[in-house]
Amino acid sequence: MSEPLLKVVQLRKSFGGVVATDSLDFDVMPGEIHAVIGPNGAGKTTFVAQIAGMLKSDSGTITFDGRDMAGKTAPERSHMGLARSFQITSVFRDFTALENVSLSIQAHAGHSFKFWKRASTDRDLTDPAQKILDDVGLGDKALTLAGNLAHGQQRQLEIAMALATSPKMLLLDEPTAGMGTEESETMRAFLNEMKGKYSMLLIEHDMDTVFSVADRVTVLVYGRGIATGTPEEIRNNAEVRAAYLGEDE
Amino acid sequence: MLSKLKLSILIGSFLILAALPMITEAIDEPFYIDLMARVMIFSIAAMSLDFILGYGAMISFGHALYLGLGTYAVGIMAHYEVTNGWLQLLVCISGTAFIAFILGLISLRTSGIYFIMITFALAQMFYFLGISLEAYGGDDGLPIDTRSEFFSFFDLNDAWNMYYLILGTMTVTAIVLWKIINSRFGMVVRGSHSNDARMQAIGFPTMKYRLAAFVIAGVVCGLAGFLLGNLTEFLTPEYMHWFRSGELMIMVMVGGMGTLFGPLFGAFAYLMVEDFLANFTEYWQFYFGPMLIILVLFAKQGLWGMLPGKEDMSDE
Repeated sequence: MSEPLLKVVQLRKSFGGVVATDSLDFDVMPGEIHAVIGPNGAGKTTFVAQIAGMLKSDSGTITFDGRDMAGKTAPERSHMGLARSFQITSVFRDFTALENVSLSIQAHAGHSFKFWKRASTDRDLTDPAQKILDDVGLGDKALTLAGNLAHGQQRQLEIAMALATSPKMLLLDEPTAGMGTEESETMRAFLNEMKGKYSMLLIEHDMDTVFSVADRVTVLVYGRGIATGTPEEIRNNAEVRAAYLGEDE
Repeated sequence: MLSKLKLSILIGSFLILAALPMITEAIDEPFYIDLMARVMIFSIAAMSLDFILGYGAMISFGHALYLGLGTYAVGIMAHYEVTNGWLQLLVCISGTAFIAFILGLISLRTSGIYFIMITFALAQMFYFLGISLEAYGGDDGLPIDTRSEFFSFFDLNDAWNMYYLILGTMTVTAIVLWKIINSRFGMVVRGSHSNDARMQAIGFPTMKYRLAAFVIAGVVCGLAGFLLGNLTEFLTPEYMHWFRSGELMIMVMVGGMGTLFGPLFGAFAYLMVEDFLANFTEYWQFYFGPMLIILVLFAKQGLWGMLPGKEDMSDE
């Protein structure tokens, strides 16, 4: 077997007395979609923030693409190929969809101490940005302000911005959050399409999405990984059913 | 993009300003040249504040510091009989850049209300430093005997030359800042205003860019101070006082935050209203306050934002 792309060993993070991530071991193989599920407050978003470099871990190691991530800032990790999306839609509302994605491209096209040439008509940025918008199905919304897009479209834009950084791995924090059935359907089809092209850590609440796209699933409860396995194994795991799935089914 | 209306207003205003010296001479009211020169200097300062406040969400409550530093650069050098304008300009630019860099490093570690308070406190420190510098007049200030000397054929003691130097500086500043706002650099500054965590996630070390914007704003405001020192022929710590910083913020708000050109007119409106009301009463602020409240309540985008056609932020 090859080396995992992302390897997390004994990761820990507490806020005061609350342990949000508790001695967590976790890995993502190249090309794999590894989903993390768990009830509200299980520490999923904390986990993503730690991997993305937005929260300092108390202890434990994160290795990505063979490199220790300790002390690396969020922008540095982005440049190494880690791209994240946010649970709460986090697009630049006053910019057009095209400008949103262009910014991502710009972030990875050398420094931005360029003071003169107009950015919004710079084809070095807008051409690849338009292509990515086409890929995620937002091609005809390029000139709409992100704040005026429908919720589902903003979620797609969010992912387009992550894709524009040409990542090795995507950290998707609940891409279907707040979506209706139809929008979730579209997102699921989209995730399936990206399967194999990108390695992914997928945080998700929607079980249908998890069980249809994930290669492996880890169940997080109070910051602890209580089980890891194929979707089939997780579905049949008694402990998981008691801790989590039982509530839903 | 600017709407046609806004572009016409800008060009129209420029033409009026360019013709003003001729007009004032024709009607024999030379006083207006000095008044407008003063207005334009504050326009430059207000634009530089809007550059970080309106576009970068860096609400500096100590921006007048750089206005004061500019006048000190001219004044102190003139005091030691260094009147070469180029040399003064070099000292002014590098000095304000250096101080803005250091103060930016400190204050940009904070945000929101803390940023407001720390920029306020740092500027006040310089104000009190100015007061304590007895060699340069302390709180009385110091007359500047000689205006900057650039070219032998361009004597700043001539009111017209002074006026056109200020008009030219304002015009160039407006164009350059507008280019910067729409450049890649400007996109980063505006993006971190809107969502700094997101900017970092897509790979921008935003602190560097915000610091650079802070320094640019400081230097531009320092240039305004350079001109102010020359125009008033006086240096005083009073220009660094927080009250002046507050005035600059009011000019930005009146003109329209995040519109760049709005503050040009904000400075004009503020100083004109001040000048007008002060004719009637010493307590002119008493009347100005309610006017400001009404403007802020009913026109959040300020005077410039009341014009039809939205150009800022989006390019539709």
